[in-house]
Amino acid sequence: MTAQQVLFYLFGAFAIVSALGMVLNVRNTVAAALSLVVTMIALAGIYVLLEAHLVAAIQVMVYGGAIVVLFLFVVMLLNLRSDAFAPGRGRLQKLAGALLGIALLAQIVRSSVALPEAPPVPPGFGGYRQLGIALYTDYVLLVEIASLLLTAAIVGALILAKRKID
Amino acid sequence: MAGVLDWLTAPQTLFFLGVTFTVFLALQISAAVMVYAERKVSAFMQQRYGPYLVGPKGVLQPIADIVKLVFKEDLKPKAADTLLFAAAPVISAMAAIAAFAPVPFGAATTFFGLLPEPMPLMVADINVAVLVIFAITSMGVYGIVLAGWSSNSKYALLGGLRSSAQMISYELAYGMALATIVMIAGSLSLREIVDAQTGYYFGVIPRWNIFVVFPTGLIAFLIFSTAGIAETNRAPFDFPEAEQELVAGYHTEYSSMRFALFFLAEYINMVTVAAVVTNLFLGGWHGPLLPEAYGWIWFLIKLSTLCFGYLWLRWTLPRFRYDQVMDLCWKILLPLSIANILVTGFVLLLVRGATQ
Amino acid sequence: MIPLDHVILLSAILFGIGVVGVVTRRNLIVVLMSIELMLNAVNLAFVGFNRLWPGQPGQNALDGQVFVLMVITVAAAEVAVGLGIVISMFRNRDSVDIEEVSLLKW
Repeated sequence: MTAQQVLFYLFGAFAIVSALGMVLNVRNTVAAALSLVVTMIALAGIYVLLEAHLVAAIQVMVYGGAIVVLFLFVVMLLNLRSDAFAPGRGRLQKLAGALLGIALLAQIVRSSVALPEAPPVPPGFGGYRQLGIALYTDYVLLVEIASLLLTAAIVGALILAKRKID
Repeated sequence: MAGVLDWLTAPQTLFFLGVTFTVFLALQISAAVMVYAERKVSAFMQQRYGPYLVGPKGVLQPIADIVKLVFKEDLKPKAADTLLFAAAPVISAMAAIAAFAPVPFGAATTFFGLLPEPMPLMVADINVAVLVIFAITSMGVYGIVLAGWSSNSKYALLGGLRSSAQMISYELAYGMALATIVMIAGSLSLREIVDAQTGYYFGVIPRWNIFVVFPTGLIAFLIFSTAGIAETNRAPFDFPEAEQELVAGYHTEYSSMRFALFFLAEYINMVTVAAVVTNLFLGGWHGPLLPEAYGWIWFLIKLSTLCFGYLWLRWTLPRFRYDQVMDLCWKILLPLSIANILVTGFVLLLVRGATQ
Repeated sequence: MIPLDHVILLSAILFGIGVVGVVTRRNLIVVLMSIELMLNAVNLAFVGFNRLWPGQPGQNALDGQVFVLMVITVAAAEVAVGLGIVISMFRNRDSVDIEEVSLLKW
């Protein structure tokens, strides 16, 4: 068990435990958001182990530093203190949801094959230079479409959240 | 087991541990020094003496402050969420200290010939150092958000909301100014950015990034400094602390050591921003007259000058209103930084050709 | 190195947890966060498979990581619009319970 494998299992355990903590908690929406941040940081650690350095940094910056902060903003703005909803009717739903998740997982595990050993990585793999070249030569159309998408999302979010001006 | 022991006592590992310990200690000491410097500098600017009772010229004043804070009663509002309330200052302080990890403060040294190969004076030699600093600073927003939320009072909530909105807005201007420097230096690693700033123009003007591609380097320096000051909630952008005078701020319900942790985080953040500005714009540890091995002295000189500048700014300018802060970021700094990137890219393309 | 089938297994487990969150929870914000978790699981699968086929030394095949960047972009856009919807819903119904907006159910 090399150090990399130990780290991978450690990060994986963190990710699963905090994902479960996010989905199954009834304490607080803010605690769920913080569990999500822990999941994302654990996943960023796994990305570094998989030689995707720039993607790991962007994951922490954008996901952990902006998207979940946006969630927390909305929670604070709407002052959603407790997360308790009416029990009883949800129990059957909970059971159905758990069974669905387990069935999905079992199907994926059943259909998975043993993947071969990873080949050695060429130098500069996952670094910003190679990723930048790939983004601006092969995938430049994706970049332009992403910019259009983000503009549309900004305008849409503004219109949705604005107060009505009569 | 023997392999682990060999690795533990290898000179590289000992050097690394020594550097880490020194940096950690130096950050705490610098926070204490900044507390004292702030009070003395503000006193001299306001034509009064400042602390002079405790120790010669009041030098032991920070220690007196810390002792006082330790002995204060640790209040906790009854309706506050205990775990988040306790975690918020810890997250702030952790993010502030961890952000200094990829910052180099000295040239590669063999430490008087003890090391087999020269190792740079930094805690972690990451090749995407700039992004890592950015990411860890983004994590510092959580401390403020949680502090505002877990205090369970409307004013703390609004203060936390405004302060964190300010922080994430200025991260954009921060990043754009950073992009200019990355374009000029061609690398995201702080060590390589500093290494690209050796030498002189015409033998007199040092080749610092603030003078490169004049005036876009200077504009990037100004934007980055402004955004850095706004990020750390300092100087004219400190309405979360000001609200404490008017209504309440995000750390209103905190007392004694928790409050001390928040202020430690703020001063260490300021030192980190000054260190990053020194490395990116002012040439890091390069300077005349001293040999390269003592470059960290020049680093400290530049760092102290910048911190003095930030203190000076605080006691000179009046405080911005919240809508003025947001206007400044979105309507002035952001378009200016984008135009800066365009002009810099254009000039670099002309000068260097299309090979880079 | 890292056994890549364990990476894909981790991705599947996280995706399953996300699906459970979307189907089960009644708080709309937690539903949106579970969708983010599913997108993260998919990102992990992309990065894992990209590690398996990194291309030749002269030519790096970074398709998986470019896609991960695009998925992060789309997730950011979706969160912005989704939270706008949450705010409108809260203004109209004063609650973020998805059972309150079930008027179109049979």
